[in-house]
Amino acid sequence: MIKFKNISSILALLFLTINFTACTNEKKLPIYGQREAKIVKEKDGTQRVDTVYQTIPAFKFLNQDSTYITQDMFKGKIYVADFFFTSCTTICPTMHRNLKTVYEQYKGNPDILFLSHTIDFKYDKPSVLKKYAQKLGVDVPQWQFVYGSKDEIYNLAEKSYLTVVKEDSTATDGYIHQGWLVLIDKEKRMRGAYDGTKTEEVEKLKKDIVTLLAEEKK
Amino acid sequence: MRKIILLVVFSIAICSIIYSCQNASEMEQAKYMTGGKDLYIANCQNCHGANGEGLGELAPPLTDSTFLKENKAQLACIIKNGSNKGVVINGKNYQGKMPAFSKLHDIDLAQVIVYVTNSFGNKQGMYTYEQVANDLATCK
Repeated sequence: MIKFKNISSILALLFLTINFTACTNEKKLPIYGQREAKIVKEKDGTQRVDTVYQTIPAFKFLNQDSTYITQDMFKGKIYVADFFFTSCTTICPTMHRNLKTVYEQYKGNPDILFLSHTIDFKYDKPSVLKKYAQKLGVDVPQWQFVYGSKDEIYNLAEKSYLTVVKEDSTATDGYIHQGWLVLIDKEKRMRGAYDGTKTEEVEKLKKDIVTLLAEEKK
Repeated sequence: MRKIILLVVFSIAICSIIYSCQNASEMEQAKYMTGGKDLYIANCQNCHGANGEGLGELAPPLTDSTFLKENKAQLACIIKNGSNKGVVINGKNYQGKMPAFSKLHDIDLAQVIVYVTNSFGNKQGMYTYEQVANDLATCK
């Protein structure tokens, strides 16, 4: 009997260890933004607390082909969003050079998209975005360049993608903005932000995309 | 015998003088290169790339030694005043605007030009700040 007890405890221990290693293997990315608890009623009348995460609200922008695109395009996909402008000579070229390496890795992959918003509402009309995309060498549906009104874009940047953008006549090219590359999951939640001007952070983005894609596959 | 020894010593002395002179100019160029590299990283790299590879058709590469050689006298002007003329490199047309880096002094321009024209497969040697002043006076 003692022997059996021993075996069962060893088995239990083994089982626990397997469980623990399984847990550490299942890496998950954090979920950013505000969250709130909501009480939901199940069909059988019991109540349960559910967490509601911050998500990217619906949008409608003109893209580089002068077509309106909405969130429908990003349904069931993960995407990387950023804010830039075509005449920017400071951080944008580096950001897009780095983002392009991410794009090259996932070229043709239907599960991942890229979305660049211009913050230069005066000059960056769709035709300008089109030229920019062509010159960057990424004029494809997988990478969308969008134009919207100042209010729409600036609000979305600050409140949803948590990126600071600002008009400032004293800045080199007339705008101040942060170079975040923001990773969004299939549920429209923000899962990561990476400084697009730093190669090591872009490498982290590449790793996190792999993690997120694996997580979403389940 | 004495004559031969004297000759040997004399020629060694001459050789070492020439050698050290070369070293001095090499050292000067090395100084320009280090300064130029820092300036390049701070001002040029975001568009032209860490290895001078350029960026798509937005920014031309700096690896084409022919253009850099033929337009050497214009390089200081292009950097200092910017340019919207566009360039053709390796048959590819680059129409993007080059912004002006008017804050760079002659010595900075000299250093960054020495760096660019002696990196990325270029090897044009020294270019002093006096030459920069001359070239800037004849900007087109």
